[in-house]
Amino acid sequence: MNINATIIGQSIAFAFFVWFCMKYVWPPLIGALNERQKKIADGLAAADRASTDLEAAQNKVQEELQAAREQAKEIVDQANRRASVIAEEAKDDARKEGERLIVAARAEIEQEVNQAREQLRAQVATIAVAGAGKILGKQIDEAANSELVDQLAAEL
Amino acid sequence: MAANTASGYIQHHLQNLTYGQLPAGYERYDGSMLSEATWTIAHSAAEAKDMGFWAIHVDSMLWSVFLGFVFVLLFRFVARRATSGVPGGLQNAIESIVEFVDTSVKESFHGKNPVIAPLALTIFVWIFFMNLMDLIPVDWIPGLATLAGVPYMKIVPSTDPNITMSMSISVFFLMLFYWIKVKGLSGLFGDLALHPFSSNNPAVKVILIPVNLLLETVSLIAKPISLGLRLFGNLYAGELIFILIAMIGYFQLPLHFGWAVLHILVITLQAYIFMTLTIVYLSMVHEEH
Repeated sequence: MNINATIIGQSIAFAFFVWFCMKYVWPPLIGALNERQKKIADGLAAADRASTDLEAAQNKVQEELQAAREQAKEIVDQANRRASVIAEEAKDDARKEGERLIVAARAEIEQEVNQAREQLRAQVATIAVAGAGKILGKQIDEAANSELVDQLAAEL
Repeated sequence: MAANTASGYIQHHLQNLTYGQLPAGYERYDGSMLSEATWTIAHSAAEAKDMGFWAIHVDSMLWSVFLGFVFVLLFRFVARRATSGVPGGLQNAIESIVEFVDTSVKESFHGKNPVIAPLALTIFVWIFFMNLMDLIPVDWIPGLATLAGVPYMKIVPSTDPNITMSMSISVFFLMLFYWIKVKGLSGLFGDLALHPFSSNNPAVKVILIPVNLLLETVSLIAKPISLGLRLFGNLYAGELIFILIAMIGYFQLPLHFGWAVLHILVITLQAYIFMTLTIVYLSMVHEEH
């Protein structure tokens, strides 16, 4: 319990240990701590950034998907419109063709009818001449009476 | 130095191994007379006392320096291979201490000073180690020393007031050094003379100077003394109770265990208090009023 030179010895030892700690112990340890702290902070920031990026990418995907969907819809609509137009055209063509065929057929029929009428008329004239000949009892010269016959036939 | 009586036993355990000079004509413990002044190891409390100031407590110094080296070598070992990656178990333990000290320093000290944090770390760990020696059963090492012919062996350096006071006085001088360095001599005088009582009237101010000076000087001187004596007193009392418990025979075991468990708290707390007060004292001289 005496106060003696130990107090000086301990002061020297104290100064030495503090100096040693300050020089060789504290800086590397606190450096490692700070560096790790920075690393962790960077890692967290990177994770944050990544999640933001992911969100942005997801949004972009959604947008792209939406755009693609719209485009597809547009294409389908266009195709539908086109198809209906084509169908209309085809229908139109068919109708026109049909009408044309009908007109042609009518014309032919008319022609046939006229032809038949002409023949009929001719035959009727012949028959009429023959009949008249029989009635008159004499052969009507066909050639001589052809003008008459033709006139007759035209009147029928 | 077998001590047969209870008080002899206690005195033996509380006596430091002292190396110093005894004057010529001194009567030694065994009755022999010294023909000339001799440097020797004291074999009784009276001899140690008569060696005066220029004697040294060999055991305190030895254990204190040994524990200091345990501290710096252990921490240096970890610091050398410190990695900012995943730390190992030992690095983890050391880092948690470093971080604890760093937090304590940052909480009370806001200036910039490269000394304070390592100083606080040294104080905390070194005092902790010194206090920790208290948990070694009181008879083991003194018993071994006696077998080896060494008369005294006090293994807890912080139960030696020389050790604790030298640390607190070192802190005190560091405090004065930074006080002058940061604020200059006039700043130091201003801090001592113009607070706590102050006035806007210059005449009153001058009258108050001696009062302030007295108050502040007393409180300034009280700082290192209380700092050193607090640590010494706590550890000395704890050691004394360990010694008393060791004297009561077989029933000492549960008592010893109980006191040791309680003492773990004291050991850590005293190291922490010493460190915190050091930080506070040093931050006080850095800050403006």
